[in-house]
Amino acid sequence: MRFLLALVAAVALAAPVSAETVLIQGGRVVTNGAGGTLDRGDVLIVDGHVAQVGAHIAAPRGARVIDATGKWVTPGAFAAMSEVGLAEIGGSGAPNDANVGGTIVSAAADVGPAFNPMVTAIAITRIEGVTRAAIAPDSTSTMFGGQGALVSMNNAPDSVFRDHAFMVVELGETGAQRVGGSRAASWVAFEAALRDAREYPQRYQRGQGGTVLNELDARALQPYARGQGTFLVHIDAASDIRELLRVKREHPELRFIIHGGAEAWLVAAELKRADIPVLVDPLVDLPDHFERLAARLDNAALLNAAGVRIAIAPGPGTVDAQQARLVLQLAGNAVANGLPWDAAFKAVSSSPADIFGVGRELGRLERGYIADVVVWDGDPLEVQSAPTAVFIAGQQQSMTSRQTELRDRYSPVLHPELPH
Amino acid sequence: MRARFKSMMALLAGLSLAACATASKPHEPSAEETAAANAFASTYVPRPSVPTLIRNATVFDGNGAQLDNADVLMSGGHIVSVGQHLTAPDGATVIDGTGKYVTPGIIDPHSHLGVYPSPAIDATQNGNELTSPDTANVWAEHSVWPMDPGFGRAVAGGITTLHILPGSGNLFGGRGVTLRPVLGATTVQEMKFPGAPPSLKMACGENPARVYGSRNQFPSTFMGNVAGYRADFIRAQAYRRHWQHWNETHEGDPPDRDLQLETLAGVLDGKILVEMHCYRSDEMATAIEISHEFGFHIAAFHHAVEAYKIVDLLNREHICAAMWADWWGFKIEAYDGIRENIAFVHARGGCAMVHSDSEVGIQRLNQEAAKALSDGRRAGLHITDAEAWEWVSRNPARALGIEDQTGTLATGKRADVVIWSANPLSSYAVAERVFMDGAQIYERGHNQQYFSDFELGQTYRENRQ
Repeated sequence: MRFLLALVAAVALAAPVSAETVLIQGGRVVTNGAGGTLDRGDVLIVDGHVAQVGAHIAAPRGARVIDATGKWVTPGAFAAMSEVGLAEIGGSGAPNDANVGGTIVSAAADVGPAFNPMVTAIAITRIEGVTRAAIAPDSTSTMFGGQGALVSMNNAPDSVFRDHAFMVVELGETGAQRVGGSRAASWVAFEAALRDAREYPQRYQRGQGGTVLNELDARALQPYARGQGTFLVHIDAASDIRELLRVKREHPELRFIIHGGAEAWLVAAELKRADIPVLVDPLVDLPDHFERLAARLDNAALLNAAGVRIAIAPGPGTVDAQQARLVLQLAGNAVANGLPWDAAFKAVSSSPADIFGVGRELGRLERGYIADVVVWDGDPLEVQSAPTAVFIAGQQQSMTSRQTELRDRYSPVLHPELPH
Repeated sequence: MRARFKSMMALLAGLSLAACATASKPHEPSAEETAAANAFASTYVPRPSVPTLIRNATVFDGNGAQLDNADVLMSGGHIVSVGQHLTAPDGATVIDGTGKYVTPGIIDPHSHLGVYPSPAIDATQNGNELTSPDTANVWAEHSVWPMDPGFGRAVAGGITTLHILPGSGNLFGGRGVTLRPVLGATTVQEMKFPGAPPSLKMACGENPARVYGSRNQFPSTFMGNVAGYRADFIRAQAYRRHWQHWNETHEGDPPDRDLQLETLAGVLDGKILVEMHCYRSDEMATAIEISHEFGFHIAAFHHAVEAYKIVDLLNREHICAAMWADWWGFKIEAYDGIRENIAFVHARGGCAMVHSDSEVGIQRLNQEAAKALSDGRRAGLHITDAEAWEWVSRNPARALGIEDQTGTLATGKRADVVIWSANPLSSYAVAERVFMDGAQIYERGHNQQYFSDFELGQTYRENRQ
């Protein structure tokens, strides 16, 4: 199973060899790597990969040269959590593959096959500089949300470049609701599910069945229960995070990412010791749930200062299929509240790549990296900035979307009179 | 007391008081009528203030002008002057504004703070009276919880006025109220903006049809929605006639008061603003037809995701549009959202406003304006920073009927002023000081965050530095 996954990933991550050679010249280059930020640098893209980053790179024969003077050049943004590609319309009774209802499938739910690379949100997201995203189901009827995937924003048939990338589990207030309304039940149920999964398939072959999981879900959960995959845990309260840390101490092989973590700043040192990264929403500052009474705007800054690995994403419950592009605004607000700029930009590019296990291929402008490159008309974390060019795996992307076509149809500049 | 009588007008206007002028027999309001008019009046009192001079800042005046190296003088709760080399009166607080930006406070024309407060649990979610498609009888202010921690967070984002609306699940959701974010208020009356007219929240489209259709009740379709508005305005016309007749004749008992029809009659009298949740251009046009049929004015369409398609129509009707910068696609009626909506409405001469509809968004409406501005510029429009500030100050003041009091830095206006660390049309700018009626109500870094009563004594606060 693992080998198969690795193989699939390797194939999907490979860039098309036919991609053109492009030299992006003279921009402010944010590498996210050892090279830091070059005030004036060049990026050479060959065969879909970054071939060279530095000052005064000579254009190879036949290379297309893009003048980025006065512009910023960065790795593509990576939305650390989204439902993009799982629905064209969120509500209105429209089909939404992020919502897994019913009782047949929970842990086994898998968004990889559900992802549609042709939804209009892909182009709308891409032209704002987001080139990759982690996607996951919104909810199921149990505490297990199903399996997430990593996807590209290039509309390609092979957009899903990492399937079964993580397993969503609800362990906060929502998780408690799913098992009858109390945390007194949810942690017991979680550990019972882990046992079911570890003992798959024997107990199911014996006809014993699972304590809490059906055979399908136990099979899907097994690699995660054995530490071969990562749980993405929806959790906010410091007390819940401490309970998660206990589980981690008792089962050191289990791998966790926290999504939410509104009160994570209270347990930052413990999270650092356990090396559990946090996907944090820098706008969450209200005690809007009893599990996040301690929410504060500088959560990301405090976690980063304590050495916790962070990425930035909208909090659980606010993730949607339309607005993955806003992750750059979230990062800018983290800067306004104390997170250093470099850390904030990494939190929406290289950090998600690292946390989801693709940081050797994506998220940096370094030799050999996949050439997801964005040229911006200004600081990418500034709300007024926008991309002027977007490359995914070395291929320059269209900057047209359904929204730009609507814009052009009704533009006061192009059409001084309205059509009616 | 002035404020008390002003809102009395709003309450019963058109019924007994306004009709007095034309009544054949002079009529002294009865004790009942006076009591009804005085109920729920504003008790807002500006905080004590000292004369304050902000020196050498970049100023957006809220009325489309930018003044560089300018001074802003406030005294007695009002704007005295904006200009260069102003003199500080004796005893004035002088603030160096070098490198900083000064603007009128942000006005959010669409908020549910207090009615959908934090924490969000069943008992606190009081914003949608989903028991009948016409609940014009309910008032949002009667659901507002003054201790909602969201008010303090909004002030930290530069908010000095906000309009609280009921939700959009009903055709007539109830009355909205314009509030001051008075931190420490223990009653909603203390927060009511003196003299601000009440509004009626109406809703087009999917929400009412879904709420009642899912129960197999009326309305379940958009045509049902329209039939529902019209049926109730017909009843309101009759109610209004009955009161007008009684005011003229005083024969027999006065008609029974009906809270639902009283609100709708107030709309027909032009005393209650119509704030209408409507996404699509065709639905907005239909709502305008209804307003013509019954002779009322729609103050603003809210959300107005397709306002950019019908700006000329909105202009003819003098209707403002309250919009998000970039929300789209969460429902089919929001499918045609574009990032240039606000800028396009502005560029075609419309009354564009930025609204939040969100306890998170209200904390940074300046950034929403910035997004709309930059997208408009990229589409080829020439819009200045100071013009964009109209979207969050003067225009919402206009749509809420308080433009004579706030929304710009014109002499004599209430001194609702924000000092920003940098150009507020940026991700990185933060409100450093917020003044309401000339009194400083917030200073970043000094008791930076206001904690409502709800937040006191929570054990985590001991862990804060």
